[in-house]
Amino acid sequence: MTITSANEIADGQGREPALRDSAVGNDKRDLVLLVAGGLAAHALLALLGLWRDFAWPAIGLSFILLVLIGERAGRLVPVRGRGIYERTLAFGFPALVLLTWQLAGDYGLLNTTWFPQPSRIAAGLWDLTVRYDRFSGTSLLGRPWLIPEVYAADGMAGVWKLLSESHLLATVGRVLGGFILGAVPGVLLGVVMGMNQTVRLMLDTTLSAIYVLPKIAIFPIVMLMFADPFGEAPKIVVVALAVFILMAINTMAGVRGIDKVYLMAGRNYGARGWSMLRHVILPGAMPVIFAGLRIALGTAMIVIISVEFVRAKQGVGYITFYYWEVLNPEKMYAGLVVVMALGVLLTYGLQWLQRRLMPWQR
Amino acid sequence: MTSAMPAVAAPKIGARNVSKHYPTVDGVMVALEDFSLDVTEGEFVCIVGPSGCGKSTFLRMVAGLESISQGAISIRPGADAAKPLNSVVFQEYAIFPWKTLADNVAFGLQMRGIGRKERLDTARFWLDRVGLSRFADYYPHQISGGMKQRVSIVRALANDPEVLLMDEPLGALDAQTRVVIQEELLRIWEETRKTVLYITHSLDEAVLLGDRVILMSAQPGRHLATFKIDLPRPRSIATTNLPAFAEYRAAIWEKLSAEVTRAMEARP
Repeated sequence: MTITSANEIADGQGREPALRDSAVGNDKRDLVLLVAGGLAAHALLALLGLWRDFAWPAIGLSFILLVLIGERAGRLVPVRGRGIYERTLAFGFPALVLLTWQLAGDYGLLNTTWFPQPSRIAAGLWDLTVRYDRFSGTSLLGRPWLIPEVYAADGMAGVWKLLSESHLLATVGRVLGGFILGAVPGVLLGVVMGMNQTVRLMLDTTLSAIYVLPKIAIFPIVMLMFADPFGEAPKIVVVALAVFILMAINTMAGVRGIDKVYLMAGRNYGARGWSMLRHVILPGAMPVIFAGLRIALGTAMIVIISVEFVRAKQGVGYITFYYWEVLNPEKMYAGLVVVMALGVLLTYGLQWLQRRLMPWQR
Repeated sequence: MTSAMPAVAAPKIGARNVSKHYPTVDGVMVALEDFSLDVTEGEFVCIVGPSGCGKSTFLRMVAGLESISQGAISIRPGADAAKPLNSVVFQEYAIFPWKTLADNVAFGLQMRGIGRKERLDTARFWLDRVGLSRFADYYPHQISGGMKQRVSIVRALANDPEVLLMDEPLGALDAQTRVVIQEELLRIWEETRKTVLYITHSLDEAVLLGDRVILMSAQPGRHLATFKIDLPRPRSIATTNLPAFAEYRAAIWEKLSAEVTRAMEARP
């Protein structure tokens, strides 16, 4: 808008009806100039033989040029093409970053020992997926392609044994187990703290203190609390603890944020105890609870990956750290890719749950 | 006609010397002082007063949503013990954003354990009375403010309480919507003849709707004057054109304007 008015002052005096056309014309002209200018600058550097020396500043400036180009192109996109334009930006940009990374590696602008190109990471991921590690008896996914064969031989017990060798499923199990084990009591305590001032005053400071504590720092204590300190229980419990504290604090804020008039209406129309919780308090706090769950999911992932770094023989965090230790960066990156994919997947799951539980929000 | 109601019956709502005090850091704040009121069965009583006169506080004390510092308030139960004593219509609508309109209207019945089919039939019946049956499955964020307040009003009516307590229900609405809902209220009240306690700061609204108008003073809230409104029923928006309507309004305004000025000057 400001650009339009600036044009008006610069060259639009007394020609108001033509204003819109001239703005579009300016965008088109700028677009051509920016693209041509960018390409010319790269060509000039290449001709002078300086491109390699100034590659990173040139790439950095090119990305700034890209923002300016994208902005102008966006204004020229008709309304019905808006969706395509937005998706192009959302997915095109990361694709471009990966492409730049790939090319930078291929042409020796990056040390590919420590920053292997995306193609090599993909190859590492593929290798990790199909490989069965005989020494540790593990694989990334649990070799699902063997399921029919194993099922025919040993039935469900065989399938279970096959899947229990999976790094991914081990991590998913710990995260989901800890998440549910922490979220349910966390929400309940949060509701109590939101409704009861005495409990809130007693616990608020304590919870705030534990909240900022890195959960990996109390992992040794959690280990001591179990008969088998190296088993699954301490890993799940430490995730649950992190989620519990966060959900208690979040739910408390959500419950306290409910407009008092809804509580009064609930009471006046006969809601008490459980029915008050079910019909007024939980739905009223639901938006904040889900915002909390989203953050708690991220925290749960951080905690479980760190725990698997230090004390696990199985899990995505374990393989990531293992391949770092044996100096196989491709597979280390592949492990990180799996963590990211898992995070995206679990977030989608949470969003699905949110749509189911909060139909009034859409 | 309201005169058909015998005055000898025990009051439906009886408030005796009611006070409300709040402890504050600077000492005790008196919101309401020595306020008494009797409302007979089937009577429509409006309470008017400057803002901060404690009229909403009084209504919430009648509803049992606010504790009483001194005095006593009682609502006489009816023949059917299962009926709730009161239902409130809030100024902020207070219909639950997470329930459909039908579920909102059926809420009171649901809390009393009435089966799903029966309570939704009742909800649909009442939504139909205010022209909202088409929107039964909508959520509140999908409808306008005027529609929300209609839902809030029929939620109270569907609950079929002994008395209806209305706390400035039309205060947040624009002038046109207000008039339309006032007419609807008059129509529904003629049909149901519920006992109503109605808080408003609009004189016109009070004179149009009420059998009696109670005027309150500001801080602390006290009883200032009572006006009996002998305008013929059934009333409608046309009632506001009667000469008698203008006379009532002028008489009440004379008392109220002095009080409003006093309240404004008393504030820092």
